[in-house]
Amino acid sequence: MQAVTVGRLWKYFGDYAALRDVDFTIAPGSCTALLGRNGAGKTTLLRILAGLSVPSKGEVTLHGKPPRDGDARRQIGIIGHGIAIYDELSATENLLLFARLYALADPRAAARHWLEKTGLDHVANSLVREFSRGMRQRLAIARAFLHSPTLLLLDEPFTSLDDRAIALLQQLLNEAIAQGSTVVMSTHQLREALELATGVALLHRGKLAHAGPRTPEMLADTSYLYRTYGDAS
Amino acid sequence: MNFLTQTLSVAAKDLRSEFRTKESFNAAASFAIVILLLFSFAVDPTSDQIREMSGGLLWIVYSFSAALILNRSFARELPNDCLDALIASPVSGAALFLGKALASFVLILLIEALCLPVFGIFYDLNWATQPAWLALVVLLATWGMTVIGTMFSALTVNLRLREIMLPMLVYPMLIPTLMAAMQLTTLLIAGQAIAGDDFVWLRLLIGVDIIFTALAVALIEVVLVG
Repeated sequence: MQAVTVGRLWKYFGDYAALRDVDFTIAPGSCTALLGRNGAGKTTLLRILAGLSVPSKGEVTLHGKPPRDGDARRQIGIIGHGIAIYDELSATENLLLFARLYALADPRAAARHWLEKTGLDHVANSLVREFSRGMRQRLAIARAFLHSPTLLLLDEPFTSLDDRAIALLQQLLNEAIAQGSTVVMSTHQLREALELATGVALLHRGKLAHAGPRTPEMLADTSYLYRTYGDAS
Repeated sequence: MNFLTQTLSVAAKDLRSEFRTKESFNAAASFAIVILLLFSFAVDPTSDQIREMSGGLLWIVYSFSAALILNRSFARELPNDCLDALIASPVSGAALFLGKALASFVLILLIEALCLPVFGIFYDLNWATQPAWLALVVLLATWGMTVIGTMFSALTVNLRLREIMLPMLVYPMLIPTLMAAMQLTTLLIAGQAIAGDDFVWLRLLIGVDIIFTALAVALIEVVLVG
C-alpha cells in the first residue's frame, strides 16, 4: 500500500484552480521533495494531505485512509509556516497538550524525552514567549515529532531556521527515514531537500510537471529540474 | 475516555492561557461593571421600574461581556497557526469544540458571578432570594450563549472583521435564550419561584441548549475544515 495516493486532485479557490488534476503516489519510507515556484500549489497540496483543507475534486489517501480519518491523523506530523506552539504556555505544557491530544501512553515521559532531544530541557518550565527564535523553532520540531509520526508533512521546514535547528531537523529526518517513516517536504532550498530526498515532485502552476526518483543530475545541478521540467504546462 | 481527556486538555489549555494573559477576562469584567455603573445613573435604583427590568438589564450586560470572551475562543489559536496543529491532530472536532466551549463557559460564569454582587449594590436589589433557581437559569442560559457563540467564533475566525461579525451573527441567534433568561431572572429577583406557565421558559432554555449543542457538535468539522 502506498503511503500517499493523490488521484486526479483539483482544488479551486473561487474560480482559480490552485491544483489541476494532480495525480501521483508516494511509497512508504521514501522522502519526497515537493518543489515548485511560489504559487505553484505546494502549500495547498500539503494542507490537503494534512486534512486541513478538502479537495474540490479527486481523492487523497494516506496509507489507504482519507486524511480526516482518526487513524490517518495519528500518523501525521506536520511543520507548517507557523510554529504551532502556544506562547503563553511553557515548553512542557505545550508538549503535554499535544501528547494528550495524540493519546500517548505516557505524555510526561514523551515531553521530557523530546525536550532533552531538542536541547530544551533546561527551559522546560519557562514560558515560550520568553524563548529565542531558535528555541521556539526547536520546540516546534519537538511538537511535530512527539508522537513518532510515520508520515511527515513539512512545508518549507528549513526556512528561517537557525543553524542548530537545521542540523537538528536534518538529523531527525534522517532518523525518521531510516526507521521507515515517509517524508513529504515542500521547499525552495533545493540543495538541502535534494540531499535528503529519494523522490521529487515538481508542481508548476498547479499542475504536476514531473514526479519521479531524485537523480544524480538533480543533485549535481540544482537548476536542472526547473530547466528540464519547470516550464511544462 | 480519550474524548473526555482531549476535551478537558483543550479546555485546560484555554483557561491556562487566559488566566496568564487575562486579555479577554479583564476586558469583559471591566466592560460589564462599567455598563452596570452607567445604567445605574440612568435609572432610579430605588424605583419599581428597576425591579421590572432587572433581568433584562442583567442579561444585556452578560451577553455583551460574553461576546468579548467568545471572540477570543478560536481567535486565540491564530498566532503561530496553532489551529492547524489542533485540526491536524487526532482530536475530534466535537472534542475540540466542547473543550473550547467549556473554557468560555467557565470564564463567562466567573464574569457573571463577579457582576451579581455589583448589580445588587448599584441597584439596591436582593438577587439571592431564589439562589438555586437563579443558579439553574444562569447555568442553562450561559451554556446556550456559550455554545452558540463558540460555534460562530469558529465560523468567523478567519474573517478580518470578526470582532464586528461575531456579535452581528450571534445576537439574533441568542434571542430565545436571552428572552427566557430575562423573563425568569426578573421573576426570581422579585422573589418569586418558577411555577406554572413559567416552566415554558425553562423548557425553552433546556431545548435551545440541547439543540444547539447537538448542531454544533455535528457541524464543527465542516466549519473548521470545509
